[in-house]
Amino acid sequence: MKNLRAVYIIWYRDMLRLWHDKIRLVGAIALPLLFLVVFGIGLTSKMGALGPGVNFTQFMFPGIIGMTVLMSSFMSGVSVVWDREFGFLKEVLVAPINRTSVAVGKTLGAATVAMIQGTIVLLFAPLTGVSLSPGTVLMLLPLMFLLAFSMGAFGVLLATRIKTMEAFQAVMPMLTFPMIFLSGVFFPLEGIPSWMSILTKINPATYGIITIRQIALGTTSGTTFGLNLFGHTMSLWNNVGVLATFGVVMILLAMQSFSRQE
Amino acid sequence: MSDYIIKVENLVKRFGELVAVDHINFQVARGEIFGFLGPNGAGKTTTINILCTLSKPTSGQAIVNGFDVVRQQSQVRQSIGLVFQDSSLDERLSGLQNLRFHALVYSVPASIREQRIEQVLRMMELWDKRNSTVRTYSGGMKRRLELARGLLHYPKVLFLDEPTLGLDPQTRNRLWEYILELRKHEGTTIFLTTHYMDEADNAERIAVMDYGKIVAMDTPQKLKRTVSKDIISVKTDNDDRAAEEIRRRYQIETKRDNNELTFEVASGEKFLPTFIKEFTTKILSVSLRHPSLDDVFLKLTGREIREEETSNTLKTTAHQHSHRFQH
Ligand SMILES: Nc1ncnc2c1ncn2[C@@H]1O[C@H](COP(=O)(O)OP(=O)(O)OP(=O)(O)O)[C@@H](O)[C@H]1O
Ligand SMILES: [Mg+2]
Repeated sequence: MKNLRAVYIIWYRDMLRLWHDKIRLVGAIALPLLFLVVFGIGLTSKMGALGPGVNFTQFMFPGIIGMTVLMSSFMSGVSVVWDREFGFLKEVLVAPINRTSVAVGKTLGAATVAMIQGTIVLLFAPLTGVSLSPGTVLMLLPLMFLLAFSMGAFGVLLATRIKTMEAFQAVMPMLTFPMIFLSGVFFPLEGIPSWMSILTKINPATYGIITIRQIALGTTSGTTFGLNLFGHTMSLWNNVGVLATFGVVMILLAMQSFSRQE
Repeated sequence: MSDYIIKVENLVKRFGELVAVDHINFQVARGEIFGFLGPNGAGKTTTINILCTLSKPTSGQAIVNGFDVVRQQSQVRQSIGLVFQDSSLDERLSGLQNLRFHALVYSVPASIREQRIEQVLRMMELWDKRNSTVRTYSGGMKRRLELARGLLHYPKVLFLDEPTLGLDPQTRNRLWEYILELRKHEGTTIFLTTHYMDEADNAERIAVMDYGKIVAMDTPQKLKRTVSKDIISVKTDNDDRAAEEIRRRYQIETKRDNNELTFEVASGEKFLPTFIKEFTTKILSVSLRHPSLDDVFLKLTGREIREEETSNTLKTTAHQHSHRFQH
């Protein structure tokens, strides 16, 4: 009960911060929309259909939603590094609240902000020619949340290990860009060289991105835009299982690492 | 439960080669105001960080409110409040939101929460600014907010790491009034570091730290006594005769400067009445000065010694404090 309260307090702080910096919402969706417009207009006519009745813009749109959620949540999770830099983390660390609750609250805060941003991008669906039924949206939201939560926890875990701003600035681009580019946001994962294919399968983000795409484009039952792991075609639940496992491992590690840090 | 709310035994903290805290021992009684003095880099903040569970000691033991700072961290955190030397505010939130966060985290009961927040904000004269983002506060205002936050809940031990740094005199006075009240009504133990000697005088006991070691610990009065006696200055109509009379009556040598005679006695308050009554040379004026904590501080931490040492590039020549480094 007391721990739940702590989770809530930490989460609530993130909501307050978002409210103070509403401009962050604009910033966070500007990049995804830019990708959609530029690549969409630039490449869609040249690429033809990527699947049955799916042009490049339609293919990319679910990926962009996943990317928005992933980046936002990961960045917010890692923002604990800034709290350390500006000293606020000390206020949290000496407080009589369970540190594992702090890690969970921070992850939930990151995931919530990411969900808000992801949902805003989702509203642009009609403009991209992706038609989403209410049922589809109801399936997409929990999935986006799972991706957001896992990435938020990953971010928090990373932040407890990174102690200096220099290390932070060196590590961040090396993690975020490969995670996004090698997750099938921008291109189908079939027919890529095997070394690249291996990297995409190691990348946990992939399992979120392709599942979001399969649901959004209604291709969950077939192999279109799917993933083949060790000769096995991953079903929707297989992918969700991999992502959920990753999320659980991350949050547990984040909780542990957060309690131990000085 | 023991009378001591803080007990520190053989506490050591190393940062690589550097021994920031070097086998220190001390105790703080319940309800005491304990001052922790020392030059920059002496190890004061490092000690506080260990006591408040922010950092783990290399060796040794520290007990706060009966709880071990390594093994019973959450109980220790329940017992303490802090004002850090460096900023620890969320600059993106308003002052009010920073305080509300603190009140929630420390479970200040909802029934008194808003009232307490208003009280501390008014005391620090930030009530009008409460809804502004902390980023827009001036340096002193941030410091005041930090203090307001530290005083919001009633901890058993309140650690104040240079609380009045950068504050104007009125705010400093108000803070001190409040601290003394707090101690009286709540029995709060105050653990304080400061570089203002007049402030350190408020403490009941003082520990002076230098190069990670505690070099002296006592009441301010006794510390001053150890450094020098009280200083009496007299102006007379005949200094030669006066000097001679002082030598004869009290066996004390005098010094003459600025047509005054100065000499030292153990207790000026006891000495002066009889002196004025029995002295036969005509006294024009007389004044009494007690040694200040500044004198204590300078004598104990010897600024000259440190300057000499820092200008030495060879570690071996810094014999004075070579124990600080492991060889
Ligand atoms: N995280 C750290 N890593 C390495 N050295 C440190 C660290 N923190 C403190 N030190 C060193 O430990 C020594 C004691 O520092 P500390 O902050 O405790 O001094 P202080 O007495 O609080 O001084 P001040 O009056 O300047 O606040 C200093 O030499 C400092 O450089
Ligand atoms: Mg300090």
